[in-house]
Amino acid sequence: MAVLTDREKTMMKQETQNAEETPKRVVYNTKDLNLWYGEGHALKNINLAINENEVTAIIGPSGCGKSTYIKTLNRMVELVPTVRISGEILYRERNILDKNFKVEDLRTRVGMVFQKPNPFPKSIYENIAYGPKIHGIRSKKILDEIVEKSLRGAAIWDEVKDRLNQNAYGLSGGQQQRLCIARCLAIEPDVILMDEPTSALDPISTLKVEELVQEMKKDYSIIIVTHNMQQAARISDKTAFFLNGEVIEFANTDKIFSNPSDKRTEDYITGRFG
Amino acid sequence: MDHKSGKPIKVSELIQEKKKSKNFNQTFEKLIPGILLGIAAISILTTIGILLTLLTETINFFREVPFLDFFTGTQLKPLGENAVFGVLPLLTGTLISTAIAMVVAIPIGLMTAVFLSEYASEKLRRTLKPMLEVLAGIPTIVYGFFAFTFVTPLLRSFIPGLEPTNILSPGLVMGIMIIPMVASLSEDAMSAVPNTMREGALALGATKLEVTWKVVVPAAISGIIASFVLGISRAIGETMIVAIASGSSKNFTFDVTQSMQTMTAYIVEVTGGEAAAGTTLYYSLYAVAMTLFVFTLVMNLLAQYISRKFREEY
Repeated sequence: MAVLTDREKTMMKQETQNAEETPKRVVYNTKDLNLWYGEGHALKNINLAINENEVTAIIGPSGCGKSTYIKTLNRMVELVPTVRISGEILYRERNILDKNFKVEDLRTRVGMVFQKPNPFPKSIYENIAYGPKIHGIRSKKILDEIVEKSLRGAAIWDEVKDRLNQNAYGLSGGQQQRLCIARCLAIEPDVILMDEPTSALDPISTLKVEELVQEMKKDYSIIIVTHNMQQAARISDKTAFFLNGEVIEFANTDKIFSNPSDKRTEDYITGRFG
Repeated sequence: MDHKSGKPIKVSELIQEKKKSKNFNQTFEKLIPGILLGIAAISILTTIGILLTLLTETINFFREVPFLDFFTGTQLKPLGENAVFGVLPLLTGTLISTAIAMVVAIPIGLMTAVFLSEYASEKLRRTLKPMLEVLAGIPTIVYGFFAFTFVTPLLRSFIPGLEPTNILSPGLVMGIMIIPMVASLSEDAMSAVPNTMREGALALGATKLEVTWKVVVPAAISGIIASFVLGISRAIGETMIVAIASGSSKNFTFDVTQSMQTMTAYIVEVTGGEAAAGTTLYYSLYAVAMTLFVFTLVMNLLAQYISRKFREEY
């Protein structure tokens, strides 16, 4: 390895200092959240504070409420007609569960990537331009710029730059998922929610998405639901372990995977159940 | 049988035994594709037969009436000494009634489909859709009667110049008749759009209206256009409503308050009278029917072209 220059050393030092000096700001603060689907109590007294510019992983066995929780953060859960919610979710200090909070505004700031890639049946270009267009951006020149920037941001620009006008469904599953991430980036969100974004992808595409998540946390706060514990360990800063609708443990990822404080967390991450 | 006597059953032996008696079945099995082909050929051969008859009799007609006179003639006087055969009055009658019908059916049908597919609760949809389909099952003669005895008098109360038989009223009623078809087929196309697509758009901060018009409708556009074209074909071919409520004046006009005759209504009128085989009047039936057929054929080809061109794969 090459010897570091003095300048680089000082820069690194400054970075560590900065990290110590300014504690990270909370982007999402969940307080006593309860959620029911009809009679089923799906989320029980959730209290979680999620920091900005971090990757927060949510793990747990099927049916533990992790997907429900992430969908509550952009209120997509309300598409289920029987849902009832109590408690508070403060996003940047405003309660998003407040009836006066416009859900479209929330979703403009909080993007979401789904389990199965779901591009629109339009061209690659139109997929990215859709978000900016519905929010009133019409200028072709600006849209062109947004499309390129977003596709670069999702590390897919080089693969698609020559076929922007082709249908997005001609892309592979992994490319489609990165296209969906790019679609999200196009409206410059603050937070990106990812609901098992790699569960339908092959290992190589998964790796690419994981690298991308690491890359993106400089600019975005990322909350990712995953079934894959290695993935959580690889890419996240904090991990929350959900079980039967409750948060069992929420801590730094290192701690959860090396020295969990709850027996149930340990059982889960060591593969004894789930 | 011996498996009752406690001896263990050997399935493989049983199958072997059965196989011996299967020879008949196997020859039958081989004949099946041929038989099915024959049955399928019935409809194809009938169509070809009808087409050939249409074609030969149409050729006979054009031996007596010049082709150009027929398609550019604005006068249609099929009876009497100096019979004139110009198809334009019938063409305008058909096109105007179809246009009126589609002006009613397309917007109302599409809006109904949007409501049912995107806004109505599951329960409401399950009640409303079968009701729509019942509406589609009403015999057209009932609609014709309804146009003549109810809609025309109603319209006459605020359009004073409206004739007792006119093209407006049957056009409107045809539109009402076609609404369920457009609504039901468009709704099927929209419901087939995967929910993940709606979620993708909603998650970008789109409102429900934006999701509907900029994601769901474009994704379902080929099915929606197909429903429009089927509606148009239905309107072009519709007979009873216009025959009853639009009278039999062979006016060449664009004034919807007047009585006009469509191609279909002309065929009804002439076959109802005494058109002796071999007369020009008789052959004119085939020429008009052929024109009608070419119309619907062109419509269907157009529909296929449009829906292929606009298809959004998902």
